[in-house]
Amino acid sequence: MAERSLATRRTLRLVLGLVFAFLYIPIAVLVALSFNKGGLPTAWSGFSLKWYVSLAGNSAILSAGLNTLIVALVSTATATLLGTLLAIGVEMRRRHGKALEALIFAPMIIPDIVLAIALLSFFSMLNLTMGLHTIILAHVVFNLAFVCSVVRARLKSFDWSIVEASADLGASAFTTFRRVTLPVILPAVIAGALLAFTLSVDEFIIAFFTAGAGRASTTLPMQIYSMIRFGITPEINALATIVMAVSITALTLSQRLNRGIIGQ
Amino acid sequence: MAPALVWLTALMVVPCALVLALAFFRRGIYGGIDYTFTLENFGLVVDPLYAGIFLKSARIAGTATIIAVVIGYAAAYAISAAPRRLQPVFLFFAVLPFWSNYLIRTYAWIVLLNREGLVTQLLRWLGYTGEPPSMLYTEGAVIAGLVYNYLPFVILACYAPLSRLNPELAEASRDLGASAATTFRRVILPLTVPGIAAGAVFVFVLSIGNFVTPALLGGGRFQMIGNLVYDQFLTANDWPFGAALAMALIAIMLLVLMAQAMFADRAAGRAAEATGGADG
Amino acid sequence: MNEPRTLLSIDGVSKNFGRVTAVDRVSLDIRENEFFALLGPSGCGKTTLLRMLAGFETPSEGRIMLDGRDIARTPPNKRPVNLMFQSYALFPHMSVRANVSYGLEMERLPAREIRDRVDSILATTELVPFADRKPEQLSGGQKQRVALARALVKRPRLLLLDEPLGALDKKLRGAMQLELKRLQHEVGITFVIVTHDQEESLVMADRMAVLRGGRLLQCDTPHTVYEHPADRFVADFIGVMNFVPGHLDNGGVRAADGTRLEGRGTATPVGAGTSGATGAGVAAVRPERIRLFPPPQAANRTTGKVEALAYQGQDLQLHVRTALSDRPFLVRVTADAADRRPVSVGDQVELGWDAADVRIFAD
Repeated sequence: MAERSLATRRTLRLVLGLVFAFLYIPIAVLVALSFNKGGLPTAWSGFSLKWYVSLAGNSAILSAGLNTLIVALVSTATATLLGTLLAIGVEMRRRHGKALEALIFAPMIIPDIVLAIALLSFFSMLNLTMGLHTIILAHVVFNLAFVCSVVRARLKSFDWSIVEASADLGASAFTTFRRVTLPVILPAVIAGALLAFTLSVDEFIIAFFTAGAGRASTTLPMQIYSMIRFGITPEINALATIVMAVSITALTLSQRLNRGIIGQ
Repeated sequence: MAPALVWLTALMVVPCALVLALAFFRRGIYGGIDYTFTLENFGLVVDPLYAGIFLKSARIAGTATIIAVVIGYAAAYAISAAPRRLQPVFLFFAVLPFWSNYLIRTYAWIVLLNREGLVTQLLRWLGYTGEPPSMLYTEGAVIAGLVYNYLPFVILACYAPLSRLNPELAEASRDLGASAATTFRRVILPLTVPGIAAGAVFVFVLSIGNFVTPALLGGGRFQMIGNLVYDQFLTANDWPFGAALAMALIAIMLLVLMAQAMFADRAAGRAAEATGGADG
Repeated sequence: MNEPRTLLSIDGVSKNFGRVTAVDRVSLDIRENEFFALLGPSGCGKTTLLRMLAGFETPSEGRIMLDGRDIARTPPNKRPVNLMFQSYALFPHMSVRANVSYGLEMERLPAREIRDRVDSILATTELVPFADRKPEQLSGGQKQRVALARALVKRPRLLLLDEPLGALDKKLRGAMQLELKRLQHEVGITFVIVTHDQEESLVMADRMAVLRGGRLLQCDTPHTVYEHPADRFVADFIGVMNFVPGHLDNGGVRAADGTRLEGRGTATPVGAGTSGATGAGVAAVRPERIRLFPPPQAANRTTGKVEALAYQGQDLQLHVRTALSDRPFLVRVTADAADRRPVSVGDQVELGWDAADVRIFAD
C-alpha cells in the first residue's frame, strides 16, 4: 500500500482500538463480575471464587452440562464422519449442480427458529419421543454442513495428483484414502470437528424445540436461558466465563490446526 | 457422500416441506391441526397487525445491518492497513467473540445496560444524578445486541477482499492524480463491495429471524418474527399460522440471497481482475 | 545390431470427452529402452495419451499393448507403468524416504528389500542427504529428483514423464536434460516424456512423435523430424523456419515477386500428389542454411536490408527484409563469420542457399 500520512495511521489505530473495546468490554465486565464477592451482579465488592463453588454444587447445571457434553460429542463424531465424506465426494467430482450446493449450504443459513419448528413438527408427526437423541439428530444437520465446508475449503487447495500418484504406485482406493488423502486433510477434519463441537455446545433454540418435555434433556444453553430469564445472578457470570473459556479454547485449537477456516 | 445427503434430506428438506404443507391447513379447535386446505394463514401474515411486526423486524434488522457494516468495514480496513504480520492476530481477536456462546454475549449487554449496570455507573461517575436512563428492553438495546453479535462476521467478510486487493491498483490511482479519498471512493470501495454485500446479507438474514436477542434485550412483550413463530408453536398453539410465518421468513431470506447472488455474479468479474489472480 | 524389440504398441487409440476428440486414432510403437518424446502444443492430446498409458483415462477405442498384452482397461495400480507427475505429486506429509518407499510397500516386499532398493535409488539420484526432509523443505530440482526416484524405484517396464522439467528454470532445465538421459541409460528403463518444448525433445529423445489436434503428424528420430518435417506445421513447430509463400512450379516455388525458388530436384512437394503438382505452396529454409555473401553456385539468392541484429553468444541472428515475403528472413551466422565481414542495421546484404536445403510444401 502507498505510504500513509501520520494522521491517517493514527485514525486507523483509533478505529481498531474502539472496535476492540466495543467487542471486549462487555465480555470483560462479565468475567470480572464472576469473581465478585457481593451478591449484586453489577457492583464490585471484592474478589471471590464463591460463585464458582456454588456452581459446582448446582446439580441442575451439572446435569445440563453433562447433557450438553453427550449431545456435542455424539453429534460432532457423526457430523465429522458424514461431513468429511460429503466434502470429498463433492470436491472429487469436477462438476456439481446448484441443487447440491444449496442443500449443503442451507443448514448454515436457515434461521434456527425455522429449523427448530420444522424438526418439532416432524418429530411430533412421527410420534417420536423427544429427548437427547432428537437433539443429536438435529445438531448433526448443521454440524455436518459446517464440517463439510471446512474440509472443502482445505480440499480446494488439495493437489489431487497425489491421489493419482498413490494409485500409480500401486495402492488401492482404500489404501490411498487411509495413507494419503486422510493424513493430508486431517488438520481440516479436526478443525471442522472442533467447530462443530463449539456450535453444538452453544446451540440453544433447536435444542429447546427438540428436547421434548421434562428436565431430563435440558442442555446447558437451555439452562442458561432460563437463568437469564429468571434474573441476573453472579452465578450466571461464573457459568458464562467457564463456557466462554471452553469455546474459545476449542476455537483457538482449531485455528492452530487449520489456518484457513476464518483466517482467509 | 450418500449418507450425509440422506441425513440432510430426512432431517431438513422433509421437515421444511412439512412446515410448508402445514401452513396450508386450519388450526384445530383445541390447538392441533385440522386437515382442511386453506389460505387464511397467509392472509393473516399480511394482516396489518402481523405485517407490522414484519416491517418492524425488517427495520431493526436493516438498522443493525447498516451500523454493523459501517463499523465492520472501518475495522477491516484498519486491519488490512496494519503491518502484514499483525493482521492475522488482529483478525483472530476480532472474530474470537463470535465463537463464544450467543446467549452469553447477549446476556453481557443486560449486565451493561440494566438500571444499575456499567453504563449507568459510568454516567453517575461523570456527574449525572438523575433517574437511571432506561436502556434495556428498548429497540435500541436489541439493535446494539445484534450489531455486537454479528460484527465479527462483517469484519471477516470485508477483510477478505481488502486483503486480496492488489496494492498496485491504489498506487496506480494515486499515480494518475487521484486523491486518497477519491482513490478510496472510486477504486477500493467498488472492488470490495462483494465482501460488504456478503457481510450485510449475513447480518440481515440472521437478524430478521432472530429470536434470542429480542427475547432477552427487548423485554417480555417485544416481538420480532422469530418470537412470533416461537409463540405460535409453544404458547398460542397455532402451528399452521406459525408455519406460514416461518415460510414468509424463508421467502424474505431467499429474496435477499437471490439479490446478493445476482449482484455477486456481476461483481465477480471485476474482483477477479483486481486481485490480479493472486489466489490462483 | 539386433532389431530393437517393441515394448509398447499404441494401436488406433482414440479418446472422446463428450463431443470433443482429444486423441484421434493414434497408432505408434515404442521400443524397449528408448527415450521417446510426445511433443505438441498445449491441447494437442499428448497429456491425454500419456494418461491413457498410465491408466487414468480409458481409451474410447483402440488397444494399448504392453509386452503383447492389452492393458487399456487395467487400473493404474495394476500396471507395470509409472508416471512422474508434472506437479511431482509428492506426498506432503511424508519424508523423501517415505515417499520413495511407498510404491514398494504397496508391492508388499520384505522390509529389508525395500530399504536396500530405496537406499540404492536415493544414491543414484543423489538424494541421500535429503532422505529425512519433507517435500516442502526441498528445492524444485530436488523435488523433481524425488518424483523420479519414487517412480524409478518400482522398476517399471515403462516410465512416463509429464513435462518433467516444466517447473524448473532455464539453466537447471539444461542440466536436468542431460541428467535424465544419463539416468535412463543407467537404469535401462524405457522413458516416455511429454513436452511442449521442441528443443527439449530434440535434445533428449531417441525418437519423437509430434501431435496436433489429437492426431499424430510424424513419428521419427529428432534428426529426421528436423530435416524432413512431414508437413508445414511440423516444419514450423520444430526449430525455426523461414517460409516463402507462392505457387508450386515444377519442383520449386514461384514467389509473389516472381522470383523462383529452387527445391530439391525431383522431390515431390510435401502434401502434393506428384512432383508436377501445381497450386499454392510454400518454400521453407532453416536460418542456419542461409549464407550471407553466398558463393556463385548457390541455387537460390535474394537481396534485402538488415532490420535488426541479435547477438546470441556464438551466433548472430539477423532480420533481413526481402521482397520474397511479408515477414523478414531470419538468418543465423556464426559470430566468427560476422567478425570477418561485419554487417550492421541498414546494410544491403545478399542471401543465398542451396536447393537441397529447401523444403517445398503444398498448401
